[in-house]
Amino acid sequence: MENKLDGNAAAGALQAIFPFDMTLVQVTCTGCGASDVIGALAAYMHGMGTVIRCPSCDTVLIRVAHMKERYWLDMRGVRVLQISAEA
Amino acid sequence: MERRTLLGRLSWQLGEVVATHPETARAKSITLAPPNWRGHRAGQHVDVRLTAEDGYQAERSYSIASPPEEAPRVTLTVERLDDGEVSPYLTEELRVGDKLELRGPIGGYFVWEARMGGPLLLIAGGSGIVPLMAMLRHRAATGSSVPARLLYSSRTFEEVIYREELERLDEADRMLEVVHTLTRAHPPGWTGYARRINTQMLREVAWPVEQRPLTFICGPTPFVETAAASLVELGYEPGRIKTERFGPTGET
Repeated sequence: MENKLDGNAAAGALQAIFPFDMTLVQVTCTGCGASDVIGALAAYMHGMGTVIRCPSCDTVLIRVAHMKERYWLDMRGVRVLQISAEA
Repeated sequence: MERRTLLGRLSWQLGEVVATHPETARAKSITLAPPNWRGHRAGQHVDVRLTAEDGYQAERSYSIASPPEEAPRVTLTVERLDDGEVSPYLTEELRVGDKLELRGPIGGYFVWEARMGGPLLLIAGGSGIVPLMAMLRHRAATGSSVPARLLYSSRTFEEVIYREELERLDEADRMLEVVHTLTRAHPPGWTGYARRINTQMLREVAWPVEQRPLTFICGPTPFVETAAASLVELGYEPGRIKTERFGPTGET
């Protein structure tokens, strides 16, 4: 079962890895070139982890999971990640 | 020159439960005293993690209901989902003095601070009121005069979370307007709306388009999508509409 949420819901998992407010990080999609902050993207939560998709073209941007004391981060759909060092 | 410090990675901490308060038959507020609380902003959430004796873990996100002004205490309001893995424990089992594992605060996107101005349009479905209540409490705590409207959809009158506090805030502040809609049943003499939120209702309640309200919508996924799509259809700027969907996260 999966439920469509906002990127906001994935921020806890991402902020266990990155020392930034990840909801405000700007992602550019490899699929369609659209850019938006993670908080405005679509997130799907599964037992196995979280999938973040582009709301414009549905491309998988980021997959993140935490299993057996290891983080798994797949960023196949991200062309550019813009992180503000101010936030 | 003062340099802003990096947030640092989030890590789990154990917060002691210092108070609990039933809000409705299904919703309960839980006040925690986390040892390392860097302060939060209205609209943010925390992740809560429960660990079973066999090591099985379940994580859920819960919005913070208390305003930043009450830090370092943090209040969550949790609605019990009968088939949930985490919420029945939080609402039925957890006691004052117990410790709860949490990390946060999380998210600077779905956040409102008095200095961001308005007018503010808040749209809540069920327990989606929680982060919006933090915004209204923050607005009241700072004495902000930013005009605000809350449109709050509940199934029944008894299920309206923070009903009395909202009534008090509404009466005490002429810049705030609280509008309820009840979708399943309503008491005799009910004068509010009695149907699901739709485009017509938003046309009546939302600020005029040219006032460019700053909008926050929180509720179950279909509720949020209906409300956001209706506002865009009415001509409101998508860039000033922020959404937070919630629902079962399928960790079973």
